[in-house]
Amino acid sequence: MKKLVIPALLSVLIVGCSTTPLPDENAGAPVESRTGGNGVAPVVAGGLDSRGLPMELTDPKSVLSRRSIYFALDSYEVKDEYKDLLASHAKYLVANRGFKMLIQGNTDERGSREYNLSLGQKRAEAIKRSLTLLGAKEEQLESVSLGEEKPKNAGHDESAWSENRRGDMLYKATDGRGEF
Amino acid sequence: MHRISRRIFLTFALLTAALAEAQLSIEITGAGASRIPVAIADFSGDSTAARIVTTTVRTDLERSGLFALVDTAGVALNENSPINHDEWKLRGADALAAGSLGRSLDGRMEARFRLYDTQKGVMLGGKAFVTGNEQLRAAGHRIADEIYEKLTGEKGVFSTRIAYVVKSGGQFLLQIADADGQGAATALTSAEPIISPVWSPDGGKLAYVSFEKKKPVVYVHSIASGKRHIVANFKGSNSAPGWSPDGRRLAVVLSKDGRSQIYSVNADGSGLQRVTQSAGIDTEPRYGADGNIYFTSDRGGSPQIYRVSATGGDAQRVTFEGGYNVSPRPSPDGKTLAFITRREGRFQLAAMDLASRQIQVLTDSTKDESPSFAPNSRMILIATEMGGRGVLSAVSSDGRIKQRLSVAAGDVREPAWGPFSQ
Repeated sequence: MKKLVIPALLSVLIVGCSTTPLPDENAGAPVESRTGGNGVAPVVAGGLDSRGLPMELTDPKSVLSRRSIYFALDSYEVKDEYKDLLASHAKYLVANRGFKMLIQGNTDERGSREYNLSLGQKRAEAIKRSLTLLGAKEEQLESVSLGEEKPKNAGHDESAWSENRRGDMLYKATDGRGEF
Repeated sequence: MHRISRRIFLTFALLTAALAEAQLSIEITGAGASRIPVAIADFSGDSTAARIVTTTVRTDLERSGLFALVDTAGVALNENSPINHDEWKLRGADALAAGSLGRSLDGRMEARFRLYDTQKGVMLGGKAFVTGNEQLRAAGHRIADEIYEKLTGEKGVFSTRIAYVVKSGGQFLLQIADADGQGAATALTSAEPIISPVWSPDGGKLAYVSFEKKKPVVYVHSIASGKRHIVANFKGSNSAPGWSPDGRRLAVVLSKDGRSQIYSVNADGSGLQRVTQSAGIDTEPRYGADGNIYFTSDRGGSPQIYRVSATGGDAQRVTFEGGYNVSPRPSPDGKTLAFITRREGRFQLAAMDLASRQIQVLTDSTKDESPSFAPNSRMILIATEMGGRGVLSAVSSDGRIKQRLSVAAGDVREPAWGPFSQ
């Protein structure tokens, strides 16, 4: 139980520092030393959700609860509008090296299932690359594809398809509990 | 004896009714240009058993699209009945089959038949199959296979099986049925998707991709025992299994090095080797009879079909027409390549004659996917859509014969036609 609380506290501290510049490869170190010197692990009531993840990752009010990146038709590049969101997630991963993320790429339903699986993989890789460039470690990240198999919107028109051209980010805490 | 067999049959019928929801129903939507007129006389012997065998043989032959059934006016014959060839010629039959359900010398149930060429007035052949009350349809399929082979010169596929995935009520069922859609049994039930099932060459196993671990992982599943093991679960995605002709290795697609690339691996998961090295996506590998692996790649800018030696090396591009050609399936006889092509926004089944490189689009549908050849290379099973529902369709490699297989409550997809039964 104690193990869980430390990342929860960390995440609270990070969110507090909203004016901190984007993390680079060395980011996170000062944060870690700060808690390291703290020596106290206070319990935050309601700090964990039912899956054992810090509320910060799942509370709808937190930016980190936003886990989906949408892609344009035939595109496998992260749009500029998602750069801030990915920066927030990268920052969290930098500050919480024990946390892991599964990135699931998705496509719309048109075409070959296996080819779509590979296209979804390209989307997941694009997200992974952004997070890595922002300081997340390779071993924290796994990019996989669900292809067209898990549509968020089961419809058969462009508005449904645009919801399904997507990458989702799932978290797993240091103790192995989480979303995958 | 009679009463017992009837009771067994009744139990079987009730069981079948309970499973009816998940059963495939079949509908013929096109037939060959010239069909061989054939008469199948009612089989003699135990009336319930004989009726099942007779019906199975007739349905198989008619459904193949290559035969026209001649009305037999309820005539029951057995394999030893004297045949009046002129009478059957007058009825319009070029061939006649007559048989019975009886007992062998050691007391086992046997289905026997003889086949006659009524035009020449000669016997073409005959056989006896040991059977039982639960294998009557199987005996019928065997007899239909024999008749088919004698009259067309190629092996029949009525005794083969198919695998496919049913999505129903939020669950994914990997099912195996006889080629006519009967006798469906569920090999795997999962809350997560199952795709890309492929039969091992000996028909004993299926390889497939399951998402039960929140990511695509390749499994090999022994059908009789239900035992399964992971073949590829590397970091990233693992998908698109294709068996080598000897059943020892599988081509798979892994993204462990960043992009989807083709590897080959022993069926037990050992001995991983990389096959392709490209800057793009390489996927959907299938071993061809020519020793090459056919696959889909976007290395040239759009998804097209290529082939490469199974041990790797330089790939050759195979398709050039159009901007989207995927899911290559070389036919078992090595003559034809079936694939899915996108034409004006429609995804359609096409066949390429590998010698002449001529391409023929075989369907007029819009959402064809996942083609799979029958082991005799004559029919291609695909997934398509009818009225918003996923159905299977079998199309002859010349596009003339079409059959549709659907399930009452659910979407059917990802068909795989099994090998000849051994």
